[in-house]
Amino acid sequence: MSTVVLLAVTGLGLSALYFLIASGLSLVFGLADVLNFAHGWFLTVGAYAAYWATPKVGFAGGVVAGVLAGAGVAALVELVMIRPLYKRTIAQVLVTVGLSLAGVALFQALFSPDARIFPSPKWTQQVVGFLGARVPVKSLLLIAGAVVVLAALLAFLRWTRYGLIIRAGVENREMVTALGIDVRKAFTLVFAIGGAAAGLAGALGGVYFESVSPTGGASLLIFAFIVVVIGGMGSITGSAVAAVAVGLLQQFVNYYGSAGAGDVCAVALLAIVLLTRRQARQA
Amino acid sequence: MTYLRRYWPFGAVAVLALLPYAGVGIPGVFDGPLNSPGTLQLLALCLLFGGLATGYDLLFGRTGLLSFGQALFVALGAYGADVLITKAGLPLALAAPAAILLGTTVAAAIGAIALRVTGIAFAMVTLAFAQVGAILAARDAWGLTGGDEGLALDVSGLPSGLVGVVNTYKLYWVSLAYLVIVMIVVRRTVSSPTGRVLAGLRDDERRVGVLGLNPYAFKLFAFVLAGALAAAGGVVHLLLVQGADPKIAGSELTLSLLVMVVLGGPGTRYGPLLGGVLYTYLDYRLTHVAGGLPGPLKQPLFVLGVIFILAVYFFPGGIAQLRLRALRRTL
Repeated sequence: MSTVVLLAVTGLGLSALYFLIASGLSLVFGLADVLNFAHGWFLTVGAYAAYWATPKVGFAGGVVAGVLAGAGVAALVELVMIRPLYKRTIAQVLVTVGLSLAGVALFQALFSPDARIFPSPKWTQQVVGFLGARVPVKSLLLIAGAVVVLAALLAFLRWTRYGLIIRAGVENREMVTALGIDVRKAFTLVFAIGGAAAGLAGALGGVYFESVSPTGGASLLIFAFIVVVIGGMGSITGSAVAAVAVGLLQQFVNYYGSAGAGDVCAVALLAIVLLTRRQARQA
Repeated sequence: MTYLRRYWPFGAVAVLALLPYAGVGIPGVFDGPLNSPGTLQLLALCLLFGGLATGYDLLFGRTGLLSFGQALFVALGAYGADVLITKAGLPLALAAPAAILLGTTVAAAIGAIALRVTGIAFAMVTLAFAQVGAILAARDAWGLTGGDEGLALDVSGLPSGLVGVVNTYKLYWVSLAYLVIVMIVVRRTVSSPTGRVLAGLRDDERRVGVLGLNPYAFKLFAFVLAGALAAAGGVVHLLLVQGADPKIAGSELTLSLLVMVVLGGPGTRYGPLLGGVLYTYLDYRLTHVAGGLPGPLKQPLFVLGVIFILAVYFFPGGIAQLRLRALRRTL
């Protein structure tokens, strides 16, 4: 029983990480039709910012630095690189692909390609008793972070004017533009929000993996893509549900099956969802 | 003049085929003379990636499908032949067709699922499937792939003419042959009626549907053909580097193919080839020469990534388009 609880908590920790990355991807894709390959790089920027700031201003300050760095870089990328290519979807994808390649290489040049140990505070490396199991604090920390972000995002989308514009823009962008609202301002905002969530994922992921590396974001990005497709693009709740499903599936299958089988199962889940969803639509 | 225009590719192939007999060097471009094994190896890789990029362009530039799964089929060719030769002891003559068949079959299965969605979702789904290949390769699935270190090729199963540094020139010919075959297959496909449907799908898929043709079947055909060409390229890569490692299964390979095609000029006859050759050459030279360069310039991917981003903004048609524009200006 305690094994199941432990697996569930660590699996949910992984889900939380996926959700933090996928929520931004999903919003950006839903609103602006941009498949953002550089999103994993935003996470890396956040992770390194937290790595740099934590020894100076403490862990909480490091997390804030990671969030700010992620949001800042994402907003800048939208303004400088994505905006000139508005409506050229493929060109936008290509630019983010180039940015992800060049960005990772830049970090490899600046900080060496090797992983570095993240200066996580002592209390995050401990375990606590939870439902009869000893679960790691860092997983609980990630889950708490993701729940806060989920609640904040839903509240923002539900009760603010900009949230309303974003929700309407995801549904029908032309209509919002026709009503005289500049949707492009919302693009920058959505990029910044996604970047902030990715930066938080970078900082908390640094604690979770106990290290930061230039390629760390890219490897998580692919599972975030899977979560986004399963959850439905543009839907925050969908991303949350899909992240929980993928994270738990991966953790349990990796433990009870052979190593790596869980990752394959996540892709199998994606295939099943695609096949059945299409049939449901046709029916 | 028209003869020259029509038959120059034959001359170019002949010149490339005779390169192993050229003892001269090009200082500053290659380290040794043209017929030294090191230079021939680099040239062979350039030609191979020229072919791989041309095959990938069949999807991206010709049919308008943005697939992120091409590395999977290259890896199936390389690992498939490697496992059959090294673990099962089959001769190359059996292992190579079997590996290509494997790549083609998997391409048909994955294409059948992935093509149920279109556009960006298709890109994501192909990426996810390719990731399975990368995971299996890196995790030493069923004890076959050798994990992170990869699986070195057992050369005792190869014809003796393809083994050893002195025979690099024969591997170079293998690469050249692969490139020529890919160019012919892509050219034939593109100029056939099927090719015109593919171009139609790229430009306006709904219109093709309205004409009573089934877009799904034609896209699947392009996907499977590109997968087969990629698997064949994987076999050539296996012979060239005498082994297979997880890098060939990773998404970076697909992304670099995409960069090659966009740099060269998507949907043009020689653009992807040029892009592939240039990218492979620069990647190699920047890695081996850049020791003296400052900061990020030492990283070949940084330089190539930046060039790629600039290309998307300032010359979206790639090198092929640039040359055409320059020609038109002089005429």
